[in-house]
Amino acid sequence: MTTAYRRSVEPPTWRRLDWLLLACVVALCVLGSLLVWSATANRTYLVEDDPTAFLTRNAVNILIGSVLGVVVLVTDHRWLRVLAAVLYLGSLAGLLLIFVPGVGTTVNGSHSWLMIGGLSVQPAEFAKLGVIVGMALVLAERAEGRLRDHLSDSDLVPALMIAALPAVLILLQPDLGTAMVLIAVVFGVLALAGAPKRWLVGLVALGAAAVYVAISMGVLAQYQLLRFSAFTDPSLDPRGAGYNTIQARVAIGNGGVFGEGLFQGSQTQAGFVPEQHTDFVFTVAGEELGLVGAATIIVLFAVLLWRALRIARNAEDIFGRLAAVGVACWFGFQAFQNIGMCLGIMPVTGVPLPFVSYGGTSMFASLAAVGLLQNIHLRAVRRPGLGVVVRSQLLRSR
Amino acid sequence: MSVRSGAVVRPRLVVVQVLLIALFATLLGRLWFIQVASGESYRAQAQDNAVQDVVVQPQRGLIVDDQGRPLAVSRSSWVVSVDRTALAELDEDEQEDSLRRLARTIGMRYPRVVARTKLCGEEGAPVAGVCWNGSPYQPVTVAEDVSQQVAVSLQEQAENYPAVVIEQRSVRSYPSPFGVNAAHLLGYLTPVTADELAQAQEDGNESLNGGSLVGRSGLERSYDSYLRGLPGSNGVGVDSLGRTTGDTEATPATPGDTLVTSIDARVQATVERELEQAIRIARGTFDDITGRDYAATSGAALVMDPDNGSVVAMASYPTYDPGLWVGGIESRQLARLYSKKAGEPLLSRPTQGQLAPGSTFKPFMAAGALADDFSTGTRLNCSSSLQVGNRAFANFESGAYGYIGFDKALQVSCNTFFYRVGYELWLKAGGDSAGPKAESVLADAAKAFGFGSATGVDLPGEADGRIADPQWKLSYYRAMKDYYCELAEEGGTKFIDVFAREFCIEGWKYKASDAVNFVIGQGDTMVTPLQLATAYGAIGNGGTLWEPRLAKAVLGPDGELVRRIEPTSAGRVPFRRASLRYIDQALLETTRTGTYAWKMGGFPLDTVPIRSKTGTAEVQGKQTTGWLATYNDDYVVVMMIEQAGTGSGSSGDAVRAIWEALYGIDGEKVRTGDAAIPGVTPPQTLPRVREDGSIVAPVVGRSLR
Repeated sequence: MTTAYRRSVEPPTWRRLDWLLLACVVALCVLGSLLVWSATANRTYLVEDDPTAFLTRNAVNILIGSVLGVVVLVTDHRWLRVLAAVLYLGSLAGLLLIFVPGVGTTVNGSHSWLMIGGLSVQPAEFAKLGVIVGMALVLAERAEGRLRDHLSDSDLVPALMIAALPAVLILLQPDLGTAMVLIAVVFGVLALAGAPKRWLVGLVALGAAAVYVAISMGVLAQYQLLRFSAFTDPSLDPRGAGYNTIQARVAIGNGGVFGEGLFQGSQTQAGFVPEQHTDFVFTVAGEELGLVGAATIIVLFAVLLWRALRIARNAEDIFGRLAAVGVACWFGFQAFQNIGMCLGIMPVTGVPLPFVSYGGTSMFASLAAVGLLQNIHLRAVRRPGLGVVVRSQLLRSR
Repeated sequence: MSVRSGAVVRPRLVVVQVLLIALFATLLGRLWFIQVASGESYRAQAQDNAVQDVVVQPQRGLIVDDQGRPLAVSRSSWVVSVDRTALAELDEDEQEDSLRRLARTIGMRYPRVVARTKLCGEEGAPVAGVCWNGSPYQPVTVAEDVSQQVAVSLQEQAENYPAVVIEQRSVRSYPSPFGVNAAHLLGYLTPVTADELAQAQEDGNESLNGGSLVGRSGLERSYDSYLRGLPGSNGVGVDSLGRTTGDTEATPATPGDTLVTSIDARVQATVERELEQAIRIARGTFDDITGRDYAATSGAALVMDPDNGSVVAMASYPTYDPGLWVGGIESRQLARLYSKKAGEPLLSRPTQGQLAPGSTFKPFMAAGALADDFSTGTRLNCSSSLQVGNRAFANFESGAYGYIGFDKALQVSCNTFFYRVGYELWLKAGGDSAGPKAESVLADAAKAFGFGSATGVDLPGEADGRIADPQWKLSYYRAMKDYYCELAEEGGTKFIDVFAREFCIEGWKYKASDAVNFVIGQGDTMVTPLQLATAYGAIGNGGTLWEPRLAKAVLGPDGELVRRIEPTSAGRVPFRRASLRYIDQALLETTRTGTYAWKMGGFPLDTVPIRSKTGTAEVQGKQTTGWLATYNDDYVVVMMIEQAGTGSGSSGDAVRAIWEALYGIDGEKVRTGDAAIPGVTPPQTLPRVREDGSIVAPVVGRSLR
């Protein structure tokens, strides 16, 4: 093990990156840019005089996110732990700051935004990454220290605390969507950490209870409740909460098999779907690129998750395995939630589609997570005796 | 240690993998379902979304006369209305701003604009007459016939006038050829009601929408479904903010069908004018009986074709301007149309006025009597009076003509002659001891001629009239018994006391006095002028009772024949042709030497042999109703004026003038070329609609017989 640590200090071997994973991410980012462009080009209240305003901004976001990803990628394993702590505590502080009047901003009824020098930041996006890395660290240390696969209750409690703290703050915003993603992530990490079954069952029960409490205790505003339940019956409130779901489905349905063509969707260009460049960006794909384009996005995500889980399986250590699983659960569940919302099989909760939706913080966090995956991957392939990379190459590089 | 060898972790990774695959497969399945399986319905919704349908109201069909002259047309008018739903969505300041700006632009006072937007009966609604009494779901009309310039400025700056709707609507306009009014024939339109709209939607009837007008009376109502047309739509591309992105597709509205009537505008104008003039003259004529000028409160006159029941003209007095309804009538005006003081102008006297027929009833009684015990050889004493029971029934002006037949009795309108007929038949049926089911030959004759039931004319709201036979008397008694019996117990003034007591005890009895009153058209029998005209038509045409018709045909927008409205026979009267002919000849003599002769001096009766019967019906507490029924082979002309004295005195000149117009009579000369209708008789063919939409008169019909 010690040799592996030493070797990780060496510069990453670019050619050994998981290129398929990277290709999926690049494809999603490119598609996302086009869709954001198409959704905003005609919305003068958003772009004013410059139809490409959002295309440019999205490109900048991707650039910044890529830099972050590269930074994570090249960071040494030990430094990663420091970085993780900084990330976790930073996002926690951000989540707390939201509740400070004047700093936090309310968008669509949720206090999820921080205004920093004219830039709006969503700390919850980084909190997801923070929780994943944090839990992976704590659980890995416990497990490695005891050299065993099964974790006891005392091992799991600190990991859960790491997740619970931001989860509570996020629920207070209230941001039900992100909270649900967090629960999925925690479930995935704990499951792969070898937590006892009762913990996993308990977690699912806790998630259900949290949703129930949020609804019944009045934590959620009336509009959120309506929005949440409108997906089952949009006609409950066709002008309000149901409007989004109806319009989203109409736009997607209008696309047919081959779509109306980029910039040609009647619903998209006329602006019938609200929040179309952010949460409902998938509807642009549905209408303008049709079944072909929309299914491509789903398939790209599937491939991306396959690679992520493959990285988890082949991870060199517990930290890598848990972090990779966490990221996979994050992307997987969030993509499902977002696309499901557009398709009317999930409630409207306002989570972005990773890499595709417009939104700086989400893009930064997602690309940083890709950097993390690649980092884990590279450490694994550099380790001798693994079947992923051609061994001779590995031997030669020594 | 090896993390990969964990017996627990490996399968869990697989489970997570399977879970994620399941989730993504669900997404793909759902995507396919929305885009392919139910794509069609979503595409339709998308179409709806992006295209806002603006209803294009159809042009309502024309109503034209027998020569194709339009009596009611449609013209477009700029109408400014306020969408109450949209207005309610604005806050109060914005509401005021918008309406104040609107008031300034259209040159109306702001409070009046506000008042117009209130529903009648709503809180804050102004006095009746200004508030909106149309459908609450329809934009409220604030101003109609706005100038093109104002309309354009309202449209161009739509953002400054939220909730204000400016549109071109098709409204009725009445060209009024020869100055005709014809308000009661044409009828009027009012906005569709919420119930009608709901019903139409349930029935899948697309001809109605929130902005539709529906015929409420007259021909507009009877033939509403033809006249209405089918609305079209203008698909306007809109974005989510409601901004227009360009016209996409338009379905043109289908205009309503043209209704060709048998009304002849020239004859109608003459009849209206003559009726009005006769009433004016009556109002300046002193009534010896009441010691004041005749009130002449109302009147009716009509011209009909006895061979098929076609109505050529039909006038009612007092009348109103049919244009009052255009753009929505104000409650104040509506109240006037219903008011007793103004003479209830809305009431169509020819079909809805019910009055005692007086002596115009006698020919039908004669027909009934001749079918029973009496014959053309019957001679009865036309004495100056006749004692029936404890009461003496006198002849008009106590004239006496000795023993005469039915012919003479009709010509001089001898009451005592008919009293004897009625009395004898009453005795024969059982007299005082007869029950209410007793046979009544004379009442049956009246029924046979169509009295007591609607004629079936194609105008809504026709009255039945009433035959005061024994059965009617019994039912009246049953209805009024309690009231009079109570009155009888209470006592009171002597007359009422006696009358009430008598009624309470034997009010159901059909007494001799009832029988003799009935036979001369007095008492409780009531007829409408139209019933009288159809009955006289039956005498004239040899016994066929026709259902009167105003409509002849329905022509499609391109002039093609959609439906011909055939004359409908209501049956034949069960009397021998000889009897009818006998009566017919007697009535011819009425014009030559009888009660109408004094008004017909110098009229070319040899060429135009007019039969006539006058009537003067007494009405309790009022001046007498004057009736004059005339006919020949071509036309029936009937006139009635309430509270105007005798029939010949009040209507004689007017009816003569109508006949003169019909035949082009100048003094004693008949100039058929000057006849109101080319060819004298109503045209048998229909006017033709040319390609450019103009209408040409039909070819000249039959020549003078």
